[in-house]
Amino acid sequence: MAWEFLTVYWREMIRFVRFRAQLFSSLLQPALWMAFFGVAMSSNFDRFTSAIPAPAGVVPLDYLTFMAAGVIAMTTLFTSLFGGMSLLFDKNWGLMREMLASPMPRTHIMLGVSLSGMTKSFIQVSIIMAFGLLLGVQFFPGYSPARIVLSILGIFAFVGAFSLGFLLFSSTISMRLESPEGLQGVMTLLTLPIFFVSNALYPIQAFPPVLQALSSYNPLTHLVNGIRYFALGDDFFAVGARYTFTTADVLTSFAYLAVFAAVMYLLARRTFERAVVT
Amino acid sequence: MEGDEIIEVRDLEHAFGDFTAVRGISFTVRRGEIFSFLGPNGAGKSTTINILTTLLPLQKGTVRVAGYDVAREPRKVRAAIGIVFQEDVLDRDLTVRETMEFHGRIYGIPREERRRRIDDLLRIVELESKLDERTKNLSGGMKRRLQIARGLMTQPEVLFLDEPTQGLDPQTRMRIWDYIRRVNEAGTTIFLTTHYMEEADMLSDRISIIDHGRIVVSGTPAGLKNALGEDVVYLETDDDRTARDALRGIEEIRSVTESSRGLSVTISADGSHCLPRIIDAVRGAGVGISSVNLKKPTMDDVFVHYTGRELRDTGA
Repeated sequence: MAWEFLTVYWREMIRFVRFRAQLFSSLLQPALWMAFFGVAMSSNFDRFTSAIPAPAGVVPLDYLTFMAAGVIAMTTLFTSLFGGMSLLFDKNWGLMREMLASPMPRTHIMLGVSLSGMTKSFIQVSIIMAFGLLLGVQFFPGYSPARIVLSILGIFAFVGAFSLGFLLFSSTISMRLESPEGLQGVMTLLTLPIFFVSNALYPIQAFPPVLQALSSYNPLTHLVNGIRYFALGDDFFAVGARYTFTTADVLTSFAYLAVFAAVMYLLARRTFERAVVT
Repeated sequence: MEGDEIIEVRDLEHAFGDFTAVRGISFTVRRGEIFSFLGPNGAGKSTTINILTTLLPLQKGTVRVAGYDVAREPRKVRAAIGIVFQEDVLDRDLTVRETMEFHGRIYGIPREERRRRIDDLLRIVELESKLDERTKNLSGGMKRRLQIARGLMTQPEVLFLDEPTQGLDPQTRMRIWDYIRRVNEAGTTIFLTTHYMEEADMLSDRISIIDHGRIVVSGTPAGLKNALGEDVVYLETDDDRTARDALRGIEEIRSVTESSRGLSVTISADGSHCLPRIIDAVRGAGVGISSVNLKKPTMDDVFVHYTGRELRDTGA
């Protein structure tokens, strides 16, 4: 087993801590989403949906709690999609050549970068959960401490698999593109459908059939399902819709994300092994 | 270790689309020497060095570095070489120590060994006081020295230096040359590319002049200059005409011209060996000599002779 990817990881994390502006904006951005979008929307949605009664025996949840899972997912998506950017800078500033000319297996470059992106997502997710609890998000309702720990681990497992997939994807695109502007363009273009054709901010039950079908293939939908299952339980009511999850549903969602990450790994490996940077 | 030849290149060709950058070159580098590729920008030097260091895939020909074929065993080649790139390849936000640490770790050097080599090398390149300085705050010369130290960290069999002193001031260049010589004396083979005549001249054991993707001529600096047969002796005498007649008998003399400043004697062989005989011949004819000056051709003259033009010096 070779451990060189940890060296790449180590360098990425030094950069993360050292670029103060990047560090603070990445930590502040999700909190701002919760504070402004979350609070503003929940005051509206709760007014609209209070007319729809929850079925007997099902826990009704406020919108802020519902969307908190979406904000976690969205932040993970953004951070991961742009996570490959550092490779592009490495390439343009010639730093990539030091790594490519070394005997380190090339897959370690993308693994190191991806692991650091994953770590950044974990840090952000922790901040959102802590900040959300302060704002009144009702995660882990009535859970025992042991169950809370298990639920957090479950959320991290989903966030990890999802971010790995998108980080590897982002790394692949970064290695193939020449300019940061190009990457920015591609990623912004992808962000919109991935984010909005999902269940992050609203239920998909009321979508037109085409969008509903699309959203069920969207990795983000599966991430949000996983987070909600662990944070809110397997049967709850929010934004006028009832949510139930079976264990099989959750395992399927996780498997979907794992397969997505595996495919992205193969794609990234191919790109890295053929990469010529001079 | 097989044989003397640490780099063997046969019939190397490389094209970028329609443009053929390297057109069939062959050369060898011997273990322990400093070998230079001298040529103008765009001659194919960087393409060659990129193929030798496995950064570009081999298209045509065979290349063996440190006993390994670059196409078949690129990772073994990578483990055996060190590279100092043409531009500064440094992470601006890492410190000097972190830069070295990173390099040592991606080459899998164990911790104790790594720490020891970092200390040793940074002392040699006189950067030990800059350990915790970020590389963006270093001067141009310090950055170069750091990269040379980094290239040496893995104790490579061959160190590749691509234009090692490009853009540096004269004092810094001399210092870098000094480091390169010391590294070579410690046993590392050096392959360097340059478009500076005097750099190739001062440092190299052997030089290949490359132009338009072809090796035009190879040899030792002295050999290349002597082979031109254009050594010139300048003489100031009491009686130029008599002196001129006295020189007729020396067959290595190609021509003698008179000017107001004295005689210019062009010699087709090594001037330093002819000079005593010239002096004897002139004195033998009873003519006093007030000054003697021997001018050897420079690498510039060699370059102009073989390529038919001045070196396009666009990189500095």
